[in-house]
Amino acid sequence: MVYAAVASIYGVRSGQRQFVVSGRYAFYCLAGLTITAVVILESAYLRNDFHYSLVATNSSTDTPTFYKLTAMWSSQAGSLLLWAFVLSIFSSVVLHLTRHRHRDIAPYAQSVLAVITGFFLSLMIFYSSPFDTLSPAPLEGNGLEPLLRHPAMMFHPPMLYSGYVGFTIPFAFCIGALIARRTDAEWIRSTRRFALIAWTFLGVGIMLGALWSYSELGWGGYWAWDPVENASLMPWLAGTAFLHSIMVQEKRGMLKVWNVSLIIGTFVLALVGTFLVRSGVLDSIHAFGASTLGTPFLVFIGVVLAGSVALVISRLDDLKSEAKIDSFFSREAFFLMNNLVLVGLCFVIFWGTFFPLISEAVTGNKASVGPPWFDRYTVPLALILVLLAGIGPVIAWRRVTLGGMRRVLAGPLITAAAALVLLLAFSNASSDVPSLLMFVLAAFVVAVVAQEFWRGARARAAVSHESIGGALLKLVGRNRRRYGGYVVHAGIAVLFVGVAASSAFAHHQDVRLSPGQSTKIAGYTITYKRPTAGLVSDRAGTGAPITMGALLDISKGSKHYTLEPSRNYYATQDTSKGTIGRYFAGEANSAIAMRWGLGRTVWTAIQPDLSKLSKPIAVANQKFGNSPSNVQALVIGAITGSYTRNPPPALFRFIVSPFVAWIWIGGALGIGGALVALWPSPEARRRRVTSLYAARLGRELSQA
Amino acid sequence: MELGLAIIALALIVTFVVLGPLRRGAEVDRRGDDQLAALEAAKEAKYREIKDAELDHQMGKLSDEDYQAIDEELRGQAINILRQIDRLKPQAR
Repeated sequence: MVYAAVASIYGVRSGQRQFVVSGRYAFYCLAGLTITAVVILESAYLRNDFHYSLVATNSSTDTPTFYKLTAMWSSQAGSLLLWAFVLSIFSSVVLHLTRHRHRDIAPYAQSVLAVITGFFLSLMIFYSSPFDTLSPAPLEGNGLEPLLRHPAMMFHPPMLYSGYVGFTIPFAFCIGALIARRTDAEWIRSTRRFALIAWTFLGVGIMLGALWSYSELGWGGYWAWDPVENASLMPWLAGTAFLHSIMVQEKRGMLKVWNVSLIIGTFVLALVGTFLVRSGVLDSIHAFGASTLGTPFLVFIGVVLAGSVALVISRLDDLKSEAKIDSFFSREAFFLMNNLVLVGLCFVIFWGTFFPLISEAVTGNKASVGPPWFDRYTVPLALILVLLAGIGPVIAWRRVTLGGMRRVLAGPLITAAAALVLLLAFSNASSDVPSLLMFVLAAFVVAVVAQEFWRGARARAAVSHESIGGALLKLVGRNRRRYGGYVVHAGIAVLFVGVAASSAFAHHQDVRLSPGQSTKIAGYTITYKRPTAGLVSDRAGTGAPITMGALLDISKGSKHYTLEPSRNYYATQDTSKGTIGRYFAGEANSAIAMRWGLGRTVWTAIQPDLSKLSKPIAVANQKFGNSPSNVQALVIGAITGSYTRNPPPALFRFIVSPFVAWIWIGGALGIGGALVALWPSPEARRRRVTSLYAARLGRELSQA
Repeated sequence: MELGLAIIALALIVTFVVLGPLRRGAEVDRRGDDQLAALEAAKEAKYREIKDAELDHQMGKLSDEDYQAIDEELRGQAINILRQIDRLKPQAR
């Protein structure tokens, strides 16, 4: 990568472009090498080759295959390899696609990509190698962290990293454009798709993380403003601002300083996100020094930030806007407000995330910033954001007259007003004013989007004499960016409805029940029918040796069903707990039982009381500590059986959340909209291919 | 031993591939193609803007007066791009 970085610069400065091509070939080779490295490591996991430290630490012979394949990125070294792997592939693709374009920009972008890739490769080589070996190799591995044994966790890290890496591409081309002083929209046109792909991946990763939190962790929530969560949300917010703001530069040649600043900020936040998770700084500012990666990451982030800012300042003359905002009632003005709100949200989250670390570094005491602080500042900004998401689509570029505004906003405003009246009359939404506002604004956004589809189809049908259905399909097909974007807006509005409803109107109950006892929550009657226990019977297939839980009967009116929450127990390697006891003394995690519903979701978790088992376990350790494993299995079965025959009261957590499923429905809608916006239109593709062939024909004729 | 040989072989292959363009010598000057591609992209973007404005007008977001002014400006910009493309096409040969 050092060669690629230097050759690219040398090639463009000297005019010997074969060096630029050579640098690009280095990326292709690197992609091949990282693919080979991943295949070697994954096959080591599948073969249970505990010579590799990574495999021994994160896998075991009894780890299900599905989770063996994902164990690679549960570790620091593995996640660095994932970064390098995804980056080398994305870089190869974009450099190949732009090999005949951006002659002035691409070589510098290539060099930047080489430096970034080189950084991650050097971390692997000098600090945290995924190919470290153990001698002698242990006979058994530690197994994958039980909390990570969830399907969402298989896809969450590669999605997040694809998002982080994806934003590297527009960042590199931005730097290339600044160096080459080609600050028009050219660099944006080629990298916009990569930015949208990155945004989509990051969004999917965030949604999967929230789903994992809700359906795997025992606290019953999906977002805790945890630093690791915030680390992924901040670049997504900055990326959202970037995707909107570049439209203004493409159309009007404005907001150039904003756009370069936003993509630099997005990339730096992506690095910060990786740094937060991998440096150890989250545990404590003092752990930061003990981690191997903290210092090099911090230095690299500092160099990237300082270098980028210096470059932007030196190019301010080239970044002057080509036009100015004609009217407050214009899409340009609303996109500028959108930028301000999204950056504001980023700043609030950044401050809340890092303030405890800063306070610990300065005073020695780690100040606490919890969800109430975040909610206080993010909720008002989120409300403004949803409002802008509704107004933005109906407002035209340059300016719209007041009459025009009235015409386009009347329908959605009436819909919002009707939603308000219905909510006040038939619900208790007024008990939480921010939630009520969010519901009304979401209704406004959905009405705007529906109106845009309807009016657009009607306008097209009037001209083309097609049916409304046919006109709608053609309309969306020929305007995928626009209408895909509208679907994203609707998805975000639906997501916020889910967040508002489930946050403000959920019912929680922690209760201790014995078999036969019932409790009531939100109109549901929940009865603890009987305890359950089993060996290697975990429904989710995580390979837990012991599972203990309860059969619950849920009823409301004529609705009636059962749920079976349980707790999985994993054996510890600590032999001081005894041969039998180690199966009960290791990590434990909740297997949540839920009934999803469009209206309400019923969520249940159990914490069995195992204190009464300590005596039989101690006796079993003494009597059967040296018995064969099949005998030990029978003994463990007998102990868990004794629990079910004479169960003490168990601690349950029940949560009934309205509309929580809409969070992921809205997220899926948003992702779907992004995919529509990403799809290239067939017309433009045909014209591009034709013109490339025409150019090639002309060139070859001149050489003949 | 085998690992060492494999690494050396891999290094040789990579070196051969990476230095390939240098062995082939100077690249064909594609400056014209590059400018043409950039203009084609700009043309597509301008066509999209013209269609967006037309749709906005049909949907009642733009008054007749505003639409005429914007459409004229955008079409003028598109014609400029087409002229640049036409000037460039002989050079791309």
